[in-house]
Amino acid sequence: MLTAIIALASLALLASFGLAMAARVFAVEIDPKVEAIEEALPGANCGVCGLPGCAELARHIAEGTAEVDACPVGGEAVAHMIASIMGQTFEGGGVRSVAMVMCNGDDEVAAKRFFYNGVYDCNSAALLFGGDKACSYGCLGQGTCAGVCPFGAIDMLPSGLARVNPEKCTGCTKCVSACPKGIIKMIPSDRTVHILCSSHDKGGKVRKSCRVGCIGCQRCVKAAPEGAIEMEENLAVVNYEADIPHTVAESCPMNTIVIRGPGIVEELDTENKAAVEGRA
Amino acid sequence: MGSFFGGIHPRYNKELSDRQAIETMPLPGKLIVHFTQNLGAPPRPIVKKGDDVKKGQVIAEPGGFVSAPVHAPTSGTVKSIDVYPHPAGTDMPAAVIVPDGNDEWADGCDVERDTNLLDADAIKNLIQAGGLVGKGGAAFPTHVKLSPPPGKKINLLIINGAECEPYLTADHRLMLDRPSEILEGAALFARVIGVDLIIVAIERNKPDAIGRMSEHAAGRAGFSIEAMDVVYPQGAEKQLIYSLTKRRVPAGGLPMDVGVLVQNVGTAYAAYEAVTFDRPLIERVVTVTGSGIVQPKNVLARIGATFEDLIAFCGGLKSDTGKIISGGPMMGVAQYSLDASVTKGTSGIVLLTNDEIPQFTGDACIRCGRCVNVCPMGLNPSALSIFIERMMFERAGEYNVMDCIECGCCAYVCPSRRPMVHHLRRGKAEVRKAAKKAG
Repeated sequence: MLTAIIALASLALLASFGLAMAARVFAVEIDPKVEAIEEALPGANCGVCGLPGCAELARHIAEGTAEVDACPVGGEAVAHMIASIMGQTFEGGGVRSVAMVMCNGDDEVAAKRFFYNGVYDCNSAALLFGGDKACSYGCLGQGTCAGVCPFGAIDMLPSGLARVNPEKCTGCTKCVSACPKGIIKMIPSDRTVHILCSSHDKGGKVRKSCRVGCIGCQRCVKAAPEGAIEMEENLAVVNYEADIPHTVAESCPMNTIVIRGPGIVEELDTENKAAVEGRA
Repeated sequence: MGSFFGGIHPRYNKELSDRQAIETMPLPGKLIVHFTQNLGAPPRPIVKKGDDVKKGQVIAEPGGFVSAPVHAPTSGTVKSIDVYPHPAGTDMPAAVIVPDGNDEWADGCDVERDTNLLDADAIKNLIQAGGLVGKGGAAFPTHVKLSPPPGKKINLLIINGAECEPYLTADHRLMLDRPSEILEGAALFARVIGVDLIIVAIERNKPDAIGRMSEHAAGRAGFSIEAMDVVYPQGAEKQLIYSLTKRRVPAGGLPMDVGVLVQNVGTAYAAYEAVTFDRPLIERVVTVTGSGIVQPKNVLARIGATFEDLIAFCGGLKSDTGKIISGGPMMGVAQYSLDASVTKGTSGIVLLTNDEIPQFTGDACIRCGRCVNVCPMGLNPSALSIFIERMMFERAGEYNVMDCIECGCCAYVCPSRRPMVHHLRRGKAEVRKAAKKAG
């Protein structure tokens, strides 16, 4: 009994001495800055910066091979934090950009050609005749963008439309490349006048397929300051660099122009509101 | 004759239409003729709105070597050129031709010639000019199959009369109603590629067709009629070759890699028409069937006949018809519009009633392995569908998703009712996209 206790205790002493020596001799020096920067980064490992993950970016920033604002997701706040860790000053620049789905044709207003009951995924739905919507440009509402968003910033409305929550959107652009219709655009987050349509079809065809589609009548082009709204193949497109008064929306006969953005209270119907708020 | 690995035994439902002799459909009020009717390069349209065309006149030229010309199916006027639903599942440009009722052939068409005087190249050129494509469904240009690169020796011709797809009876009826023409056409293919042995493969569930073809092949040298086991997809090219010869077409390869040429019975019939009479491919047999149609029929319809006109010719839809499928129920594509029209690859239209429409719920895979047991290509559909669901397309490529023939056996047996073929089609599309990007 006693022999066993002494034997084990001395073995333990020997081993702990060995470990203590090893920890000293083989110590890996970690730059405390790397750890601090990694702590400051969002930690989504989304890969938008072009590096394999947040830890890798932190190492690059600490070594000086990447800028303090290299994380597009973290934006200005994170850049300021990293700058102070690095002992630099960061001069904030510009407005962050957020994603917006350029389609407002939900199941209420946009016609469908058939009943789709295949795989719940926009790319799969687009394999059959380009999707069930009568408008070949419209949001398919099968949630692919919401699925790829690492930040849970996209809500699928029960009315069959994807909607980006600009508060949560970090501008990582993953949804932009995931959308088979290519209708998600990056816009400056402080803008409030939007033309939510991507259809390049002629007016007559748009009217048949959607009640809120742009028919290319150009009334908004005339109502807005020069160069603020421009025509691109039967579609009015907002120039987000220009300032546009909200009254332009009144010129649109199809209600395609939507006022949405910071400081604007929007009225959603109860069902959609519950979906948006339920996830917020 | 034997079989291959995997496969399923669905209900065939061929009795709905297999007693109906081929009926010729009268010329409809308009024909919507698609310009793209072949696999490979899309043909270039050479007609414009307002042009008068004659029956058999070329309206679209081949867009490359792997392409086939498109001919006007009757004489009349091109009323418009617009985008129409293509039965393969896309919206494509097509010419709307309003027949003038005279059905008048263009110069040089519909003239009988002595085929014994033609050499191999002359026959091949007539087949190419006739716009022939595989009529089994894939619509691969026939002359490409007849032009093996030097060094590839073909020593066996298989005429595919298996018709394993449920419901469809177009090939079955063609073998009963035009047996000697099919054999003539097969003999023309054999002369082009210089083979002595021609096997006509027919599934055992068509004893009358086996009897009729045997009768007509009796006096001819080189023909052998083989009765095949009844198992879906016996009529798929690679499976049929294995059943008959035990030769395996390598992954990504063609039948010519193992010295075999496979042609559908309908294509053989079209070759006979094109070479002997200079009649290009402007009509085909379409089975209009299913419990959603009043009178199931095998219809000899012009290319471009709309589904609406075909259905009217077959007595119209029943009140509870819920789904229209171009092709058979296993591999066909659901249609949303009756403006879809017959193309060279349209073997049938199946109309299902509401209670027959399968619902695929997309539940999770329980890894039971039934799909692995039935996949005739020896793939692992379970793993593939999971990879694709999780957008791991590279892995799906490593698991040979491109070998999938989209036969639908996996979806048929799946107890979780997973939309397997839909997943696999997505995976194939993504792998193709990635390959294109990589150059």
